[in-house]
Amino acid sequence: MLIVMCLAIPAKVISLKEDKAQVDFGEGVLREVNVTLVNAKVGDYVLVHAGYAIQVVDAKEALETIKLWNEILQVEPEANI
Amino acid sequence: MIEKLRFRDPELAKRVAKKIHTVTPKEGTVKICHVCGTHEWTITHFGLRNLLPLNVEVIAGPGCPVCVTPASEIDEAVQLALKGVVVMCFGDVLRVSGSEMSLLDAKAKGADVRIVYGVSDAVKMAQKEPKKDFVFLAIGFETTAPSTAVEILNKPPNNFSFLVSHRVIPPAMKLLAEMEDLSLNGFIAPGHVSTIIGLEPYEVFPKVYGMPTVVAGFEPIDVLFGVYMILKQLRENKPRLENEYARVVSWEGNMKAQELMQKVFSVADGNWRGLGNIPSSKFMLNREYASYDAHLKHDVNVEHGIDIQHGCKCHLVIIGKIKPTECPLFMKACTPQKPVGACMVSIEGTCRIWAKAT
Ligand code: SF4
Repeated sequence: MLIVMCLAIPAKVISLKEDKAQVDFGEGVLREVNVTLVNAKVGDYVLVHAGYAIQVVDAKEALETIKLWNEILQVEPEANI
Repeated sequence: MIEKLRFRDPELAKRVAKKIHTVTPKEGTVKICHVCGTHEWTITHFGLRNLLPLNVEVIAGPGCPVCVTPASEIDEAVQLALKGVVVMCFGDVLRVSGSEMSLLDAKAKGADVRIVYGVSDAVKMAQKEPKKDFVFLAIGFETTAPSTAVEILNKPPNNFSFLVSHRVIPPAMKLLAEMEDLSLNGFIAPGHVSTIIGLEPYEVFPKVYGMPTVVAGFEPIDVLFGVYMILKQLRENKPRLENEYARVVSWEGNMKAQELMQKVFSVADGNWRGLGNIPSSKFMLNREYASYDAHLKHDVNVEHGIDIQHGCKCHLVIIGKIKPTECPLFMKACTPQKPVGACMVSIEGTCRIWAKAT
């Protein structure tokens, strides 16, 4: 895996034990991350940065964002070009 | 994740770009600044600048933590490494030059310098070798600082200490907003820093500086929508703070992380490579954790270093005054294989990102 400072990648929480979780970055390989900073449940997607989960990805908000985009793209007139 | 596919959809990108054209003023230039290396990567890698109107410029601000770490702080790590302390750092710190030497140079001289993926790995290493002294060079913005705080609160072993080089991003944005000759019109605020600090610290930009500010994610569509939202605000002449990255950024941010950072760190004035001293921009260990401060433990303190190597223009690149291609050394004397300045070393450095793309 790339060692990048600011980059944070979403991973799925597979199991939890105290402050550690096994997560899957979609590669099928499980990696251990520290979950002290978040309240994550098994099945959640967490954003992982330098071995730490820094936030739980809000699936509802993700869909909301996509919905909002679609609204902007469809509803607002494309004048002025 | 399914969302990812959508967030990279090239057709959608074209449609957003079309939308951007509809809200762009016909006259004058709009200059938008982002402050995150990952944003620059997305913009360059996906060629997003080509999709924008000619009079909309997106520039890269000081969003690469490795690039802004001053030479003096690298010098301290080099000194410790040469003294026989095991120095651990993130991979892209290794080749960043100090005043005279990088950690890689120290390693070539026989020093024990090790790359770690995160601070937890560093602590584990120290636990395994109790007879050696270990120092972790803790570089990074608010995204990374909480992990340092957690490890300190977990009481690392006695043979472990930190060179804390964490920096705080909003004060650097303020500096940029106040640079009159830069004349910025809006900010794309850094998504991952914002997952930690939330939105509130950016309120000052629309309120005081009249600059539209949008927190955006890192997929191409995120960035394009960020640009669209800023242009729309400018068009309506209603600068405000908006959140495009609501899937991970909330108004209050990660309060647990903030609480732990407050316990461990206080904020002090700090030097930034290429930018100079910025008030209240650096984290320092609070007195109760002084035993983990490598400065005190190993008696090392470098006040000033040589931040900009001869001929290097990193100080102009990190505020977007010039593009990497405008530096005479770019891809000539300075390449990713033989970097001159820090901006060519880190994968988040603008020169390095542009080098990959050219
Ligand atoms: S190309 Fe190299 S020398 Fe020029 S500004 Fe970038 S890092 Fe410095």
